[in-house]
Amino acid sequence: MLKSRLIPKLQLKPSSRAGSSRMVLVTTVGFASAVEIGDPVSQAKIYEAQGADELIFLDLAATSDGREALVDVIRKVAEHVFMPVTVGGGVRSVDDARLLVANGADKICLNTAALDNPDLIGEIAEVCGTSSVVVSIDYRLDRFGLYRVYSQNGTIPREWQPADWAAEAARRGAGEILLTSIARDGTGRGLDVTLTSQVARTVSIPVITSGGCGQPSHVVAGFIEGMADAVAAGTYFCFRDQNLVQTRAQLVNAAIPVRVMT
Amino acid sequence: MIGIIDQGMGNILSIRNAFEALGHEVKTCRDAADLRGMQRLVLPGIGAFEDRMAGLTRGGFTAALEDAVWNEGKPILGICLGMHVMADWGTEGGRCRGLGWFGGEVVRLTPADCRLRVPHVGWNEVTFRATSPLFEGVPAGAEFYFVHSYHFRPDVVDGVAAVCHHGGEIVAALQRGHIFATQFHPEKSQAYGLTVLENFARYKS
Repeated sequence: MLKSRLIPKLQLKPSSRAGSSRMVLVTTVGFASAVEIGDPVSQAKIYEAQGADELIFLDLAATSDGREALVDVIRKVAEHVFMPVTVGGGVRSVDDARLLVANGADKICLNTAALDNPDLIGEIAEVCGTSSVVVSIDYRLDRFGLYRVYSQNGTIPREWQPADWAAEAARRGAGEILLTSIARDGTGRGLDVTLTSQVARTVSIPVITSGGCGQPSHVVAGFIEGMADAVAAGTYFCFRDQNLVQTRAQLVNAAIPVRVMT
Repeated sequence: MIGIIDQGMGNILSIRNAFEALGHEVKTCRDAADLRGMQRLVLPGIGAFEDRMAGLTRGGFTAALEDAVWNEGKPILGICLGMHVMADWGTEGGRCRGLGWFGGEVVRLTPADCRLRVPHVGWNEVTFRATSPLFEGVPAGAEFYFVHSYHFRPDVVDGVAAVCHHGGEIVAALQRGHIFATQFHPEKSQAYGLTVLENFARYKS
């Protein structure tokens, strides 16, 4: 049977060191205060050794002129990891998608561009295949206490509620949904399982949830109460005292079907 | 020398990296003429059926592949979409002719359990239906990475080397002599995936 997935998330930004054009790994809290915590290629190799199920790379700077640095990271990662790699951040066109696939990406992640131009989802799916398009949905509660989708790295409120946008994205050809709670991002206080299960019950494509994992019990809740197919985590796996090995053991204890690494 | 067929869209780099990590020489074949110097061939995944068949025909690959595989007997491995195009027919976006090497058609996944999701994405256990050199050294129940919305429905069970389950049985691997195909991505399936690729690289008919 199909196993539930653990997906380390690697957020990238250009190094703040003057004169450096390297992409570095960063951790964020609430999508802000990015702290540089290492090298994405080294970290990817560690995840490969620890048997991660797949990796998600997000270019937080996402500027149209940052493509070379991102492509360089993905190319290097592809030499050392033999698991699927999803890449997102500033993907705005079919050509952007083609470039990433040609350089090692297996799946392309769309966020703001999909909201601005929903046709893009279908356009990329047609060329790369439906199962290759992941629509990433960042959300938080708005001032009326309703869940709302935000774009441009969590700064601009959009007209959609997460479940409705997920349904629309699926209708237009998305292969998977990646949900991220802006408020819980990097806090370690747990995933938003309420919203996750709402989206999981609305769409019939796989749902990856993220934002807030602090302990293995949060990951367990993501699968059970949240009904997610995969849990993605950034800070949890690389800036806390948690790791893939120990998390898998907890999932096995909770009778969640996961790959058991011998 | 292993030739990976490239006609514009496909997961070429990862397959190249995997074979090179195993110590094999790889060449990307962009022209049908490139097939000539190759000892064995790979048809990669990622893309869409009709688009891929159009690309293969346009590049003159269809005829070159028939020659290399059926006349010269070069071993070939089709991965995911690469497996699908070996079928008689594809149905994604309309009926489209495939290479016709395996009898059957490629249809959309329709899991019997409506709670199961399409596309079928993630690591799933593989059950062997026949002994194939592709899986030498791979234990029963080993997991491989699948990511697809369409699957191959064969006319006959003959040739089905392995299956997996997702609301119904899905063909995970095919073999007919020196023609191999996998629904999963061996280049994305870590240790056992690399074992499958190594077995293909060493296969002698």
